[in-house]
Amino acid sequence: MAALAKADERVVFIGSDITKRDLEAFADNYPDRFFMEGVYEAHIVGMAAGMALCGKIPYINTIATFLTRRCYEQVLLDVGLHKLPVRLLGSGGGVVYAPLGPTHLANEDIAILRAIPNMTIVAPCDAEEMARLMPLTLKWPGPMYIRFAKGGDKVVSRPDLPFEIGKAIELREGSDALFVTTGITTQIALEAAGKLEGEGLSAAVLHMHTIKPLDAERLIACARRVRAVVTAEEHTIIGGLGSAVAETLLEAGVSKAFKRIGFPDVFTEELGSQNDIMGKYGISVDGLCATALKLLRP
Amino acid sequence: MSAPLDQQACEQRRDILRILEVARRGHIGSTFSLLEIVRVLYHDILRVDPKRPDWPDRDRFVLSKGHGCLSLYLNLAEKGFFPKEELLRFCKFNGMLGGHPEYGVIPGVEASTGALGHGLPIGVGMALAARMDRKDYRVFVLMGDGECDEGSVWEAAMCAGKHKLSRLTAIVDYNKMQSYGPLEEIQPLEPFADKWRSFGFAACEVDGHDVVALRKLFRSLPLDPARPTAIIAHTVKGKGMPCIEGNPSWHHKTKITDEEFDQLYADLGFPRK
Repeated sequence: MAALAKADERVVFIGSDITKRDLEAFADNYPDRFFMEGVYEAHIVGMAAGMALCGKIPYINTIATFLTRRCYEQVLLDVGLHKLPVRLLGSGGGVVYAPLGPTHLANEDIAILRAIPNMTIVAPCDAEEMARLMPLTLKWPGPMYIRFAKGGDKVVSRPDLPFEIGKAIELREGSDALFVTTGITTQIALEAAGKLEGEGLSAAVLHMHTIKPLDAERLIACARRVRAVVTAEEHTIIGGLGSAVAETLLEAGVSKAFKRIGFPDVFTEELGSQNDIMGKYGISVDGLCATALKLLRP
Repeated sequence: MSAPLDQQACEQRRDILRILEVARRGHIGSTFSLLEIVRVLYHDILRVDPKRPDWPDRDRFVLSKGHGCLSLYLNLAEKGFFPKEELLRFCKFNGMLGGHPEYGVIPGVEASTGALGHGLPIGVGMALAARMDRKDYRVFVLMGDGECDEGSVWEAAMCAGKHKLSRLTAIVDYNKMQSYGPLEEIQPLEPFADKWRSFGFAACEVDGHDVVALRKLFRSLPLDPARPTAIIAHTVKGKGMPCIEGNPSWHHKTKITDEEFDQLYADLGFPRK
């Protein structure tokens, strides 16, 4: 964040009573543009919109649940309707905060934000991809939601593949199945594809870091080359990546064996870890393999 | 008792009735309760340039209670932000003036409002941006009294108080009548000025139809150089037309009949053309 502030004097950081980590460089060097505010998400989103109306690029950070649900009307009207370059940085998308219980899980953030016109939604797969994304956020028009994972996830993105907002990255080619993934499900799909190779099956992985606008062209091209398409997301299967992929393929006349992996229409009330909850609902290497196999060898 | 209306106030009401005759609908009561506040701001106080609606150094006015938009539209047109003919396309399919004001569509409108409780947070952001940019423009946010039921108003008030935003002025159109009925029965706000003071504002009360008092007060801002200002403007919903004053059925009126228009013009003392 401090590097962004250095690169562009329009950059403002707004936190909602978040943990202090890693913010000193910004707070110390750019105190005039650093705002640590109270636990009032509706207000800070409106406040960020007011700043953006005066030429600023505000980055707001708090827990994804509170940044999307609590202040949905402010995100939709103050930011979305006004087409403002406010960046919503949602910490802990999905079930990162598993031990804290269902109030802290953001399992529907992508679905509700997808419904907002002008909104861009990005879920990087690791820290290195996040680093490639952030400088691009300075010039991207309109509002953007960036879904943070928990941090420290295995790095699977590749510096040799160019990163562009709105352009999916084919991290692995394959001719039998296509995994379409976002965020940390990409690393799961890469591992699953490797495992399927042992079964004599070739699986591609299309990393859809930008869920909106969806890279329909790349998706359709990749889907045409395979027999089965499986989407995987740390999110409800209603309205997220899987829905977006299904809508796109069906309307393009691409009909393949198809399955969405994600949370079914339930509140995930289990505790434990992120992996525990994802595993229960098949968002795992084994879950992806089994789903692909079922579609390819019914 | 609120101040009697001056000639310009009566003429502005007549002009608004003519706009209403086109659409046959609108938030009439609120339009007439906040008309003098908006008029004094645009004609005497705000540093704006109709030829440069996006001038970076302009004062910002946010009509947070967007349903009072007819007052805003009339004053923007009078100042020359857009041709007056546009007013007669209010709520029309091909017009730009809707039942709530829209940013980016209507020159001079600083924010799209209509959902309540959004204007003050936006105003706080604008005032903070001014401070960051070391600019001296001021930010005025006009809210409804019923709007002050919204929690986000008080979230923003707390924040404005913390940041000591002396260039921010929150004005409340305190007409004491909500959509269903009297504010006192729905959600009382008293002690209202003290609430603002306790959130870090310098607060005062004024007759919201007394243009001389409004002018004097606005020219004396900020009330305190280290605090944001809250102005509680005592107003009458539907002011100027006794047949609708304080009558909640005129909060948002549709399908206004010819007979009702005759009565409104008669109340005002103008012939209906």
